[in-house]
Amino acid sequence: MGKSIDAKELNIYYSSFLAVEGVTMKIQPKTVTALIGPSGCGKSTFLRSINRMHENIPGARVEGRLELDGQDLYGPGVDPVGVRRQIGMVFQRPNPFPTMSIYDNVIAGMRLNNRKAGKTSFDDTVERSLRGANLWEEVKDRLEKPGSGLSGGQQQRLCIARAIAVQPDVLLMDEPCSALDPISTLAIEDLINELKNEYTIVIVTHNMQQAARVSDFTGFFNIEGTGKPGKLVEMDETKTIFSQPRQKATEDYVSGRFG
Amino acid sequence: MTTTEVKPEPKAAKPVEQLGDRIFAGSAKGAGILILVVLAGVAAFLLAESLPAITDSGSELPEGLTAYIAPLVFGTVVSAVIALVIATPLAVAVALFISHYAPRRLAQTLSYIVDLLAAVPSIVYGLWGIGVLAPATVGFLEWLNTYLGWIPLFAGPPSVTGRTMLVVGVVLAVMIMPIITAVAREVFLQAPKLHEEAALALGATRWEMIRLAVLPFGRSGIISGAMLGLGRALGETMAVAIVLSGTGVVTFNLISSENPLTIAGNIALQFPEASGLTVNILIASGLVLFVITLLVNMLARYIVERRRDFSGAN
Repeated sequence: MGKSIDAKELNIYYSSFLAVEGVTMKIQPKTVTALIGPSGCGKSTFLRSINRMHENIPGARVEGRLELDGQDLYGPGVDPVGVRRQIGMVFQRPNPFPTMSIYDNVIAGMRLNNRKAGKTSFDDTVERSLRGANLWEEVKDRLEKPGSGLSGGQQQRLCIARAIAVQPDVLLMDEPCSALDPISTLAIEDLINELKNEYTIVIVTHNMQQAARVSDFTGFFNIEGTGKPGKLVEMDETKTIFSQPRQKATEDYVSGRFG
Repeated sequence: MTTTEVKPEPKAAKPVEQLGDRIFAGSAKGAGILILVVLAGVAAFLLAESLPAITDSGSELPEGLTAYIAPLVFGTVVSAVIALVIATPLAVAVALFISHYAPRRLAQTLSYIVDLLAAVPSIVYGLWGIGVLAPATVGFLEWLNTYLGWIPLFAGPPSVTGRTMLVVGVVLAVMIMPIITAVAREVFLQAPKLHEEAALALGATRWEMIRLAVLPFGRSGIISGAMLGLGRALGETMAVAIVLSGTGVVTFNLISSENPLTIAGNIALQFPEASGLTVNILIASGLVLFVITLLVNMLARYIVERRRDFSGAN
């Protein structure tokens, strides 16, 4: 668990529109990498290209290479379904399956992968994942209740539990705290700190303090104008990006002068 | 006089209501009440008119009212159930294809055709049943009887005209499929992107995504659609009356020419020549049909409500 991601000259298209251009980025295993940048700069698009989620939009495609520990994720014969089983994702808005109980939500992914796993192994996974998501103590007495009955922050942690239940190599987070209050946000940030012991985490965030708090590395994306492709301007250790970035644009952005 | 600022006096909290709001609220309430009045009116009429038949002591029907209506109820339920069993899975499949598989242009064309089919009058389906489907099934009915005759449903002897309960069920299925499809399609299209993505991100295939995110969300829609279809099938008159010539038997044998009629079909066939107490008897059978539809709808409501917590509405 915890693999590296290696993007080489990655171009991401929606039909003929070039959304993200020439991203070259190395993401170390078991680190937290934050992607920051103004809206529309392509950081979410890049994130979604890592587990090939962007392909759900008709016409989406990539050029270049994207590797997970050397394995080409866009190689011929690679099934996006298989990619997504290795690379979990947490979304902007908490999205537990409303028709399922908390228990069933956690093992939803496991049921897909391994139908025959016994009841005890499901029980173990549920406890391990919920503990891993710091949610066990809060929900252990109501596992059979619907997941949609939890608070927003709990729902988001449930979604994290669901994602880590299948023991992915990488965990992608697309602004996971933007719909949460400050206390729930803190809970998620603490969780990210623990999760990086086991998983490689890539997180998109609009909150620069959050990027500074949780991440080891930070990538800054920018866009020159409407209709232009987004680009990775700079990527470095988080403390470098926030103290002495090499690029002027990065400095302007992290110091709040634009964006 | 100079203009003076008049300070509004603080009044007890009575919310300001615009005239438009009041008119709209009133007319909406009126429409709601009207429905209840119409329903009560229908029920009252059926009750009042069927009372003579219920209290009659056998002058018209020596074997009694129940014995007369029972085969009709049986025929109604059997034909509707066959229709539902055939139509629902098919309709759900078509709706899923339109909402999640077909390319946009094909999906639009298909939707249009399905909506069009839903608007075809039932007499047309009836004519198709007797003119095309019934003769075409004769060979098939014989085959069923030969090879699956050990199942009571196909015990035979197979009808030589094809005008059987099975054919009626199929005609009804074709008739109600478009409406179930249309309702299910609309619900499937509204399945939240959020949950579809959740499923896909877990590594679900398209079908698994549909099972995880779309079908549970669309469950109430499928049930409502099926109930709408069932309502149409239960009350269908012409398509049944044309195809079946009922003989008042109660049998699960779907392929013989000995068939029970349905309530609606029976009323349509008997009413023109009915007079006196026979009219009341027919209306009494109508009352039974009314009760059956009410029960079916209540059952559907119950099924939808039962898992309300998990519906995602909260």
